[in-house]
Order: sequence, then structure tokens, then C-alpha cells
Amino acid sequence: MNENIVSFVYLIAGVLFTLGIKGLTKPKTAVRGNMLSALGMLIAVVVTLVNMNTIDYTFIVAGFAVGSIIGSIMALRIQMTSMPQMVALLNGFGGGASLTIALAEYYTKLGVTPASFAELLNPVVVDGSAFGAGPEGTVALVAIGLTVLIGALTLTGSLVAFAKLQELMKNSYGLPGGPVGNALFLTVALVAVALVVVEPGNVAAMVAVVALALLLGLFLVMPIGGADMPVVIALLNSYSGIAAALAGFILGNTVLIIAGSLVGTSGLILTRIMCVAMNRSLANVLFGKMAAGGESIDADEVYAGKVTSAQPDEVAMLLETAQRVVIVPGYGMAMAQAQHAVRELADAMEAKGVEVEYGIHPVAGRMPGHMNVLLAEAEVPYDNLVEMDRINPTFEDTDVVIVIGANDVTNPMARDVEGSPIYGMPILNVDKAKTVVVIKRSLSPGFAGLPNPLFAMDHTLMVYGDGKKAVVEMTTALNQA
Amino acid sequence: MDILILLLALFVLSLFLGVELITKVPPTLHTPLMSGTNAVSGITLVGALLAAGNDGSPMMVNILGFIAVTLATINVVGGYLVTNRMLAMFKRK
Repeated sequence: MNENIVSFVYLIAGVLFTLGIKGLTKPKTAVRGNMLSALGMLIAVVVTLVNMNTIDYTFIVAGFAVGSIIGSIMALRIQMTSMPQMVALLNGFGGGASLTIALAEYYTKLGVTPASFAELLNPVVVDGSAFGAGPEGTVALVAIGLTVLIGALTLTGSLVAFAKLQELMKNSYGLPGGPVGNALFLTVALVAVALVVVEPGNVAAMVAVVALALLLGLFLVMPIGGADMPVVIALLNSYSGIAAALAGFILGNTVLIIAGSLVGTSGLILTRIMCVAMNRSLANVLFGKMAAGGESIDADEVYAGKVTSAQPDEVAMLLETAQRVVIVPGYGMAMAQAQHAVRELADAMEAKGVEVEYGIHPVAGRMPGHMNVLLAEAEVPYDNLVEMDRINPTFEDTDVVIVIGANDVTNPMARDVEGSPIYGMPILNVDKAKTVVVIKRSLSPGFAGLPNPLFAMDHTLMVYGDGKKAVVEMTTALNQA
Repeated sequence: MDILILLLALFVLSLFLGVELITKVPPTLHTPLMSGTNAVSGITLVGALLAAGNDGSPMMVNILGFIAVTLATINVVGGYLVTNRMLAMFKRK
């Protein structure tokens, strides 16, 4: 087939990907956007297959079959609460695909493939122009080296992120020396990339890039804790896109570059949004621990004798006479699988003429938009899901706020106590409401490890226990009232 | 070198396009955005096909290609399906 036709079809695919993401700017057009994007993928794949000259379908069909089965099982079985795990895995697979493509291209151009592991490390004599003449060859080699580096670290980093989200890995391990150790590791890996560029036949250097990058992915993500996962997932999402775009430079393929850059920027923008919502720099999330806090704040001092607890039926009486109620969900709601129960409570309140809205903090949950998806699953209309900047001015006119499974994002210390480790982080000003109901198992601190003075305020009621059970009891009491 | 400059131009303009587009996606749809872009990054399938199916390439290259096709297909199939599943929930109301 004519190369121009192929390039033209790739352009159409690129346009369809763009329209697909444009569709995601409104919930109403999002489904159609996703379909357009999938159509773009289909035509890009078909034209590639048609254009291949000598083709052996064995490995292609096998790959399609295995990939489709695994992909559909994952997509259809996954619970909405576990979406962060799914996205983490897909990020990793994206990195893995770019890694293997770059390696395949490297060995193709090299013209020799090792027969054994020992041979894998032997240097190979290559024709100077095997990777392209002059600057083109250099660029191809740099692209191969960087794709291998980013692809490999995305692969292992994402697998660690998955293990942490799935709670398979509870502890945090890092390289000795923390950020310095990681920086050294990265430098050595980059030196190995440079060696490959200077001396393409130095297979041992390429193997070293792969090994170092795989390890670096582990060490980068292992020390990072649960509530920082939204940032990590968004960043790895970006890496998988960047790796795809770099693979596009290796193959001189336009559609890979377009699609890869769209994904890369998407991940970076989400990363930035998450960091701003935590008032922390990216470096601080990746390498810093939460500041230990100048003076340690004694939880007993904050809470002693000041915490009022309540039973669900007492809360129901409050809700019955309220005019406006705001529900603030956090990761605890996902853990308790309480989204449907929460929706039923909202229905019961609305039946009594109460205005109900949901206040969503950008970092609530374990990935960007996590709470929104859970509540959408429970059939909450998306117009009722209100983002932080729009809900905050309304708390003063709110009778009751129900905080379920959220902690740090409601901590007034972030607003009022200069010198507090979380000072400056934008929060939901739930304490401005007339009454605050906090559903929580205990007074244990959130991810930041800080006591929350909100719990000790005069107008705060603590409802201890399982989130789902407490909400169901409130609904029952409200319906009987 | 000409081609390289063109590819670079495409890359830079796509980055700007991405920024313009993504900043307009509302926070409510950030999770579907991530899974949807996971699917789009499965475009590496195109490169994977070239490695897996080229008759005459050494076996090792074909095997690397097979792994790449499998991983990219998981991204494409899994990514689009799960995104569709989520977006359908947002559409319901």
C-alpha cells in the first residue's frame, strides 16, 4: 500500500483520538467520544496490518487473543471501588508494551539476536549506519534508550502501585539514601543509555538500562504511601504516554506521537491538579515524607473531654428538620462500599424536602475522580457532585454536613494553624456548617497522622462504627420518622 | 533530518493540543479520562504488530513483539471497555 495513504489514515486516527478526548469534556458527549476514540484505534490497527509486506500471523493472533481475554475480563469484572488498581495495571502494561517494542526494534536493527543469556551480554559489531545515517541514527538510539528506560520503570512502578492499592504490600521500602539514592540510580541508568548511543553494539549496556530501570521503578514507588497514590498513578499514566510517544520517534510513526503526547499531557495535568490540591510539590510527594511537624500535636489534648458522640437515630432527627445537607465522602466510603447506602440516605432526605449535595475534594479517594465514579455507580446525578471551589461558599448556609470516611481534607488546621504540616492545603470548610456529623470507626488520624480539631468542635457529632451500617441505620430511622 | 523536524513539530503541537483539551475535562470525569487515555496509549499496538508479525525477523524479535501485542491489546480492549462501562453510569441520569 502507498505509504502516503497509510500516513493519511494515521492522521484520521489521530483526529479521532482528539475528538474522543474532546467528548470527555461533557458527561453527555463522553460515551460517543469514547466510541470515536475506539474507532480511531481500529482503523489504525487495520491499516497497519494491511500495509505489512511479509506477515506471519502466528504471534499477532496469539497476542490479540490473550490480550483481549485478559482485557475484557479485567474491564467487566472490576469493581468501581477498585478502579485505581485497574488504571495502575493498565499504566504498567502500557509501559511494558513500549519497553518490548523498543527492545525488538533494537535487536532488529542490530541484526543479531543472542541465543543464550551469556551471549546476551556479548558486545556485537554493528555497521555504523544500522540505526540510520548521521544525526538520524543518534536520535533513533536516544529514543530507543529513553523508551526502554521510561517503559521499564513505568512497568515495575505501576506493579508496585497496584500491589499497594490492593494492600498486597503494606510496608514501604526505599533505596538507602532516599532521593539521593534514586538520583544516583537514575544517573547510572542515563550513563548506560549514553553508552548505548555511543556504542550501539554494547549489548551489556542495554541490558543494564533495562535492569536499572526496572529496579528504579520499584524504588521510586515503594516508599510512597496510600493517600499519595493519586499523584503516583497520574504520573505513571503520563509516563506510559511519554513512552508511547518516544516509541513513535523510534519507528517514525506519526499516530504514536500524537496519541502518546495526548496521554502524556493528560497524566501531567492530573498530576499537577493533585499536587495543588494537597499544597505539595511533586518532589515532596515523590521523595519527602509528610513533614514531621515542628511541635508534635498531642491527640489527647485536642480531643480530651470535648468530643460529642451520637447514635444514628439522633442524627436522623437532625436530618429530618434540615433544609440543606452536604455529604462529604472520602476513601473510607469506598472501603466500606457504602456508596449505595449513601444514595439511599440522600433519597430519603430528598423525599422529606431536604436539599442534598455532595462535596468532592480533588484528592478524596485513591485516584482523580474516584468518588465521582463511585457515586455515579450508585446513580447519583452528576450535577449533585460539587467540586471544592463551588461547594465551599455554601457551607455557611448548610444545616448538616455528613462526613463519611474523609479526614485530612476536612481538617481546619490546614486553614488556621500556621506551622501545621498540612497548613495551606485547600480543605472543604465543613466546620462552617451549623452541624457536622462525622461517621468514622474511631478517632484515629488520617494519612497525615494529625489529630483533627473538627472532631472536638461543639457543633460536631461523632458517629462511631462501620460507615455503611451507620448510614443504613440513619436511613431507616429517617424513613420511620 | 527533514522527517525528524516534522515529527518533532507534530510532538510539540500535540502537547499543546493535549493541554488545551485536558484542562477542559471536568473533575467528575477524571477517572474515565485516565482509563480512556490508557486505552489510547494502547496505540503502541501499531508498533507491536510490526515487531510481532514481520516474517523473517529473528524469533526473539517476534517473541518480544508477541509480548508487546498482548500488553497493548489488554490496554486497548480493557481500557475502552471499562471506560465505556463507567461513562454509561454517568449518562444514566
